[in-house]
Amino acid sequence: MRMSSPLYVTINGRPIQVPTGTTIAAAIAQAGVLRFRRSVFGHPRAPLCGMGTCMECRVTINGQAHCRSCQTLCVEGMEIRTDD
Amino acid sequence: MTEHPPEFEIVVVGAGPAGLAAACSAAEANHRVALVDETPWLGGQIWRGQQATGPLASAAKWFARFQRSRAVLFDRTTVIAAPEPGLLLAERDGQPSRIRWARLVVATGARELFLPFPGWTLPGVMGAGGLLNLVKQGWPVRGQRVVVAGSGPLLLAAAEGFARHGARVICIAEQAPRSALARFGLALCQHPGKLWQAFRLRRGLRGVPYRFGEWPIRAEGAEQIRSVTLTDGCRTWTHPCDLLACGFGLVPNAELALALGCALQEGNVRVDHWQATSVPNIFCAGETTGIAGADSAIIQGQIAGYAASDQRARAEALFAQRAAWQRFSRSLAQAFVLRPELKSIATDETVVCRCEDVSLGRLRQFTAWREAKLHARCGMGPCQGRVCGPAAKWILGWGMESVRPPICPAKVRSLVAEQITGSSLTTDER
Repeated sequence: MRMSSPLYVTINGRPIQVPTGTTIAAAIAQAGVLRFRRSVFGHPRAPLCGMGTCMECRVTINGQAHCRSCQTLCVEGMEIRTDD
Repeated sequence: MTEHPPEFEIVVVGAGPAGLAAACSAAEANHRVALVDETPWLGGQIWRGQQATGPLASAAKWFARFQRSRAVLFDRTTVIAAPEPGLLLAERDGQPSRIRWARLVVATGARELFLPFPGWTLPGVMGAGGLLNLVKQGWPVRGQRVVVAGSGPLLLAAAEGFARHGARVICIAEQAPRSALARFGLALCQHPGKLWQAFRLRRGLRGVPYRFGEWPIRAEGAEQIRSVTLTDGCRTWTHPCDLLACGFGLVPNAELALALGCALQEGNVRVDHWQATSVPNIFCAGETTGIAGADSAIIQGQIAGYAASDQRARAEALFAQRAAWQRFSRSLAQAFVLRPELKSIATDETVVCRCEDVSLGRLRQFTAWREAKLHARCGMGPCQGRVCGPAAKWILGWGMESVRPPICPAKVRSLVAEQITGSSLTTDER
């Protein structure tokens, strides 16, 4: 888990290069995406707790919905979609 | 099922300081030990990212000790239910698994306490420890204006972390009065290590105002936070900012212990001097038994690991150290007690339950947590009340008396795996 060799993931179809050891939440923020999901009433939401409990950071990873982006590390080629 | 011998003599849930210490202490005496954690890394939340950014001495020591021990690690594994004594139901990569134990150590740590106020749901408003966690693993803060607010020593550690990663920390607003902090400073003198740590953190924050008796009342912005308004009870003022890192202390993650039937005491899991809970063969260590920090968690974890593996003398040798940290814990709680004004920073329009968008005004139509759950779905979303439960307890005095499975969001097929093993259910609801 050294922050050394870079890897590529895509965020909403756009490729981004991040160092190994980067969480998906951090990659999304690095890509300039502010809104991770919309609430029941349509309000913008983004990570709150950073510890895997609040679930505000949940996104779709490789087609699997509701993954906690703050608890998951980027893996080469991952396709990440924020929930609009 | 019960005729099978347990796969592991000792299962530890949570790979933070307490869990690592417990797992090592038991495994080094040649017991079959498994350590279960929902993250892909060792160290829990407090030691998170240490592998990536140069380890703290104590973290590195425990990581190395764990690697040398023959304990088995189940990482990225979330415990979702405890259907019968000796059995945990877990999920890894969306697949169900079962973990059998003869003795269990619960070391599930703590989470931040979030108090709702207008604008706290805006992107850019995060926990203080929460943002620090994210920053350790790549969240960009360089050049960002960060206001740190809330309560507790974590604010100082978080602010120093943000500054070290290039953020412009505008100020630290601690809600506790300066007088209470001065008493805590005196108590800290009994723990020179902690005192040195505080000094070092403060030194890293030269020029950043650390103010007491101030708290946030409002965050503003449209798609993200643009400013935060603070008060000292008389005046209010506004700081433009890009991020608000805001936590009001820590609350134990007691959900698994509750699901196992362990008794609580003032919100903490109740343990005896062997770190044993009210349920036979279940031990608990670290922040889940009361907030006291990582050093305390290591001692408690060792005691739990030794006790669970019948190394009573080794456990007993650590009792005095534990007692010293318990005194530290009490002075911590006294110094950072929350002021009553914080009960009224949320307005009737403020969302309390973020998962289901339930406002405080809606909650006020009910008299108890259970009633609000049934009628307004408060606490029924994916976080299952982990954020709004402690907030509602603080504002409305409601207690959460029980936990229902699953204790974490899980796939239906994981939950039915226990009953219908080998079935070809394809339901994928949450």
